[in-house]
Amino acid sequence: MSIVVDFREAVVVFNGFPALAEASIEVQRGEIVLLQGPNGAGKTTLLRACAGLLPIVRGEASVLGVDLCIDRQSVRSRVGLLGHANGLFADLTIGENVSFWAQMVGAKVAEVASTLQRFGIDGRLAEQKVMQLSAGQKRRCALACLVVRRAELWLLDEPHAGLDATARDEIDAIIREACTAGATVLIASHELERARGLATRSVSVVAGRVVS
Amino acid sequence: MDAQTFNARVATPTTRLIGALAIVSMAWVVIGGLFVTPKDVDQGDAVRIMYVHVPTAWVAYLAFIVTALASACWLLSRKHSMGFDRVAGASAEVGVIFMAMTLLSGSLWGRITWGSYWAWDPRLTTTSFLLVTYIGYLAVRGLGGSLEQRARRSAVIALLAVLEIPLVHFSVLMWRSLHQEASVLSGDGDIKMDGSMLTTLLVGVIGFTCTFAWLVMHRQRVLAMQDAMQMTQLDAALRERASESAIEGSRLT
Amino acid sequence: MSTQLSLGRVARAVAAKDLRIEMRSRVVVNQVFPFAGLVMVMFAFALDNDDVLTRVAGGLVWLATLFSLIIIIQRSFAVDTADGALEAQRVAGLDPAGIFVGKALAVMVQLVTLEIMLFVAAVVLYRVQLHADGAVLLVTCVVSATAGLSFVGTLYGGLTAGSRGRETLLPLLMLPVVAPVLIGATRATESAFNSGGAAVSDGWPWVGVLVVFAAVFGLGGILSFGSLIEE
Repeated sequence: MSIVVDFREAVVVFNGFPALAEASIEVQRGEIVLLQGPNGAGKTTLLRACAGLLPIVRGEASVLGVDLCIDRQSVRSRVGLLGHANGLFADLTIGENVSFWAQMVGAKVAEVASTLQRFGIDGRLAEQKVMQLSAGQKRRCALACLVVRRAELWLLDEPHAGLDATARDEIDAIIREACTAGATVLIASHELERARGLATRSVSVVAGRVVS
Repeated sequence: MDAQTFNARVATPTTRLIGALAIVSMAWVVIGGLFVTPKDVDQGDAVRIMYVHVPTAWVAYLAFIVTALASACWLLSRKHSMGFDRVAGASAEVGVIFMAMTLLSGSLWGRITWGSYWAWDPRLTTTSFLLVTYIGYLAVRGLGGSLEQRARRSAVIALLAVLEIPLVHFSVLMWRSLHQEASVLSGDGDIKMDGSMLTTLLVGVIGFTCTFAWLVMHRQRVLAMQDAMQMTQLDAALRERASESAIEGSRLT
Repeated sequence: MSTQLSLGRVARAVAAKDLRIEMRSRVVVNQVFPFAGLVMVMFAFALDNDDVLTRVAGGLVWLATLFSLIIIIQRSFAVDTADGALEAQRVAGLDPAGIFVGKALAVMVQLVTLEIMLFVAAVVLYRVQLHADGAVLLVTCVVSATAGLSFVGTLYGGLTAGSRGRETLLPLLMLPVVAPVLIGATRATESAFNSGGAAVSDGWPWVGVLVVFAAVFGLGGILSFGSLIEE
């Protein structure tokens, strides 16, 4: 299956408001697609819809060959979403958070440790409770949890936000590696310069539609 | 439901028939219950509350069963036809009214016959729990979201209620059997039923059931229209966003 | 591609995670336990009659438990919704039934601990006498009632914690449902305490009700939790 994301005039509604208003997009395997556009345009909604989180009210939408109008659940284990929130447990340490997620997706502990290191989270930092970390450190932790999932489709919502230059370079390197390994990546970002350098293609999302 | 093809027919021959039947039966019950049937040997005129209390109690439980069946049908049907969900919701709304009427009439009856507005008799207690459960069910229906999500969530809650209400009733029954008063409190237990009383009661049950059915059918249609309106509004919102995107799109290029 | 975990493994990991969070933050121990103890004291203020208190002690313990359950459930889900972790668990494709069982287990552990404390308070404050022959009944009653309460609480907690939920809906949905547990647990507890002449043997039918309740809602929760936390 070489078409990973296939939306045709898909509509997603929040309280009567069409956040996705007949959006159409097609993404091939191995692509890194940048979603750009103003706030409120629907980039986040599109990413969440791809993760199978939102009901598709009209139109068609399929991800990894699965029709989201019929089944939104089965695609989730193959998809990794980094949203606005980090999905971390504030009272646990970084190490405990990442190993919980690693356990949930069947990754090995050694892999977890090496992933954390790549993100600059070494032994001392890993023992800190999440609530004591800065926003950037939490973001790196969330990214590490995403990376160990080895998802086929990565959905990244502002992955560079709050990170310093080194961390940003690291994340870019990881994204490129994942693509070489066969993953597909959708990134919503306002960091246009950096993201354009990374992406194979970019599209604009405007008022709930996708404009190439 | 497509806005264009929805046919806003409010009164069909069936509804008119049911409505007519309801009016006739209710008229019979009013005349029969208030004037024609005799007083009870022990309770006197107070027994006439029975003609309201028993049918409304029956309808309250019927409404509960209808909601549960409609919810099950929605969950099990392949197409998840929204009609089932609307019937479930309409039945619950109308059912709540009848439950309140049951409790009110039962309470007044108790006040007149044995001096207190409330008694912990199993039927009254279970009915009050049913009422609160349905208020909760309606609150869950009001949580919003897509029509399908509302239907799924409500269906689950309704079926959990099917499991829970018998448990509540059984526990209350066991609980009250510990206290000797249980037999005295069931008001209609020791009423000698005259032939005309029985007939009037039966007609009352038919009348209230027809009223219930009539209300549910109309309410279901109103809900259908509301849902269709949502679709129309969605179409309008989509057109608005389309023009928005055209403007912004031309600004970007 | 990630592997799909079995229900048991998900449940164990989620339960361990919830309990570890509680051990770290001690929110339930530091805030809910004192609240429950306070409720027991306030019952004494309100009822103001030693004989009455001793007689109704069983009911008061379970009432205090129910009020505390609401707070414990809200805390259990606050942990997950604060930073989008519940949604992340959904996106990870975790079996919702596993999440349900795991969270219910963690709630059960906290609830049993609370109940032990409350029974001690009942002995101290309400002068309840505990007998050896009532002990087995009491323990069975506590285990089955707690299981039922945890299942119901986790189920409705999930519904009201979701993005479309309202926390204030939780007591309205939950309390009518747990009425059989309140009735059954109180009667069984009174039998165990021999309050008002209730014999120990009278309590066992009530334990039967509690077990049925726990089984119904355990199974019901496993089947329907997923639908209730969906958007």
